[in-house]
Amino acid sequence: MIYREAGQFKTSYNSDQAILPIFQDRVAMVLMLLFAFVVIPIVANDYWLGSILVPFLVLSLAALGLNVLTGYAGQISLGTAGFMAVGAFAAFNLQIRIPEVPFLLAFVWGGLWAALVGIIFGLPSLRIKGFYLAVATLAAQFFIEWLFTHFDWFTNYSTSGVITAPPMKMLGIAFNNPLNKYLLVLSIVVLLAFAVRNLVRSEVGRAWMAVRDMDIAAAAIGINLMKTKLIAFGVSSFICGVAGALWAYVVLGTVEPQAFDISRSFEILFMVVIGGLGSVAGAFLGAAFIVLLPILLNNLGSLFTGGQVSTGTISHIEYMVFGTFIIFFLIVEPNGLARLWQIGKEKLRLWPFPY
Amino acid sequence: MDFWFFLEVLIGGLLSGVMYSLVALGFVLIFKASGVFNFAQGAMVLFAALTFVRLVEYGVPMIGAAVLTMIVMVILAIVVERLVLRPLVNQDLIILFMATIGLNYFIEGMAQTVWDSNVHVLDLGIDEYAAFEVGQAFINKFDVMAAGVAGALVLVLSLFFHYTAIGRALRAVADDHQGALSVGIPLRHIWIYVWSTAGLVALVAGLVWGSKLGVQFALSTVALKAIPVLIIGGFTSIPGAIIGGLIVGSGEKLAEVYLGPFVGGAIENWFPYMLAMVVLMIRPQGIFGEKIIERV
Repeated sequence: MIYREAGQFKTSYNSDQAILPIFQDRVAMVLMLLFAFVVIPIVANDYWLGSILVPFLVLSLAALGLNVLTGYAGQISLGTAGFMAVGAFAAFNLQIRIPEVPFLLAFVWGGLWAALVGIIFGLPSLRIKGFYLAVATLAAQFFIEWLFTHFDWFTNYSTSGVITAPPMKMLGIAFNNPLNKYLLVLSIVVLLAFAVRNLVRSEVGRAWMAVRDMDIAAAAIGINLMKTKLIAFGVSSFICGVAGALWAYVVLGTVEPQAFDISRSFEILFMVVIGGLGSVAGAFLGAAFIVLLPILLNNLGSLFTGGQVSTGTISHIEYMVFGTFIIFFLIVEPNGLARLWQIGKEKLRLWPFPY
Repeated sequence: MDFWFFLEVLIGGLLSGVMYSLVALGFVLIFKASGVFNFAQGAMVLFAALTFVRLVEYGVPMIGAAVLTMIVMVILAIVVERLVLRPLVNQDLIILFMATIGLNYFIEGMAQTVWDSNVHVLDLGIDEYAAFEVGQAFINKFDVMAAGVAGALVLVLSLFFHYTAIGRALRAVADDHQGALSVGIPLRHIWIYVWSTAGLVALVAGLVWGSKLGVQFALSTVALKAIPVLIIGGFTSIPGAIIGGLIVGSGEKLAEVYLGPFVGGAIENWFPYMLAMVVLMIRPQGIFGEKIIERV
């Protein structure tokens, strides 16, 4: 009853292909944005903003980037963190060398470099598929990590080993407290999320999905595989690069290769798979799950054991629970949280008179 | 170029390559029989080695400890088949892969909760630093022993695959799940056998690596090194795992010694992957892999 789409007739192609074709969805989206932009800044404290919401948003962005590649275009990547590192280091180097550049431009610059590197490492995808491709992207991951660790030029010959990100200032506003940072990250994430949503309903997006479902068949109906796959790598890496720059500038405040290691890549892949492959909402749901679960487990762990058990053991048990949860989720709902959300909507559509 | 030095590096690389093959072998077995890329193999190596070393520390004789560990690995195989693989039959490869990463977390956590996360010294009674001379090259005795063990294991597994009923059933399942089922081969039992065999391989790999590096958490990351080995050799070939290991081992050592100094060193970490990528560009299924045939 609450969720009814009957009677919403589409009379033009434009309305049929709108980003949010259903009226209730548009209302819900406006409410959600209002909540995120107005209510949360009022009610949330600095801990929530700085330590949970900002990392969550940045990781959602990275998951969104990977979802473009893995979820929509069907190319598995284990090099996400590598592409994030490229974004972070490119943005940092531009600002160090030309300090007048505003930081937003540096983020775009970082994204563009990540896109370029992504396209280069995407070239093998023209010949290799599936897990074999995953290894090619692992090569990207390890190579990029090594590059930033071993060539001092990238870290501007910093001797201390800790590289502080330049302060973020624009139009006289310094983005240095959690609230400002939160609003900045939120704006970027919302913008890019809509951009992705827009892209996947276009010709490019449809070509991605055709390639994902079966690339030979896609080629047979005249889709240019090379162009399609490389665009997917480029767009995905651009988003990951921006996410990487945000991770370094906003979340960590330092630029360091260790923040972008292989476990970060796996973390983001988990977000995409648990959230739901090929779904923008899934990227956010998955990121929320992966960011919140360890915090929850940690609190529960210290609550139940009352500090009797060593923190080492608790963290090992957390690993076990985390692993169990992931397997459990994959068994119960292999299509991810986004699918659960969809099922929920279906139920609401019929409620209270299901048949 | 100094010939003897080159020889020493090459042989050292080949021998360490055999040790990568040991881990890769576990992947191949499971991939062949169930089409699952088992990311948890590294965690299984850690778990087996930790179980063994802790049992020995409690005073169990080595043979007994090995048998007990093997029993534990079989139980693990049964549990994995029942709780993870069976509910996920017919799912996409990526889902199964993610599930094994979940399993990886679980086993890593369990190994360290049940036992502990300290570094344990595992002494199999072989001197790690003893070396013998061939001409002017020094060759590590321990590495030769390890290579011998790996070679023996591969021989035994190959014989097992060729001449026993279970082995034939395994090969049938690897060729065609449906076909194997229709001639009455119980798929579930086969999976348990395969995971148990992978457990045995994990135990051997754990013992060899554990006595080289000490039994510790780092053992589970050895799995990452085994991935390019697999790719080069091909996912489905046991000899491929060995050849791949030899190529990766010698390649990374030679690259480190002869190319490393020009680009800042430590290229061992990514060189195998780049090598794997180049091999894939030429042969997308690896050197010994079965040809990938796709139909629309």
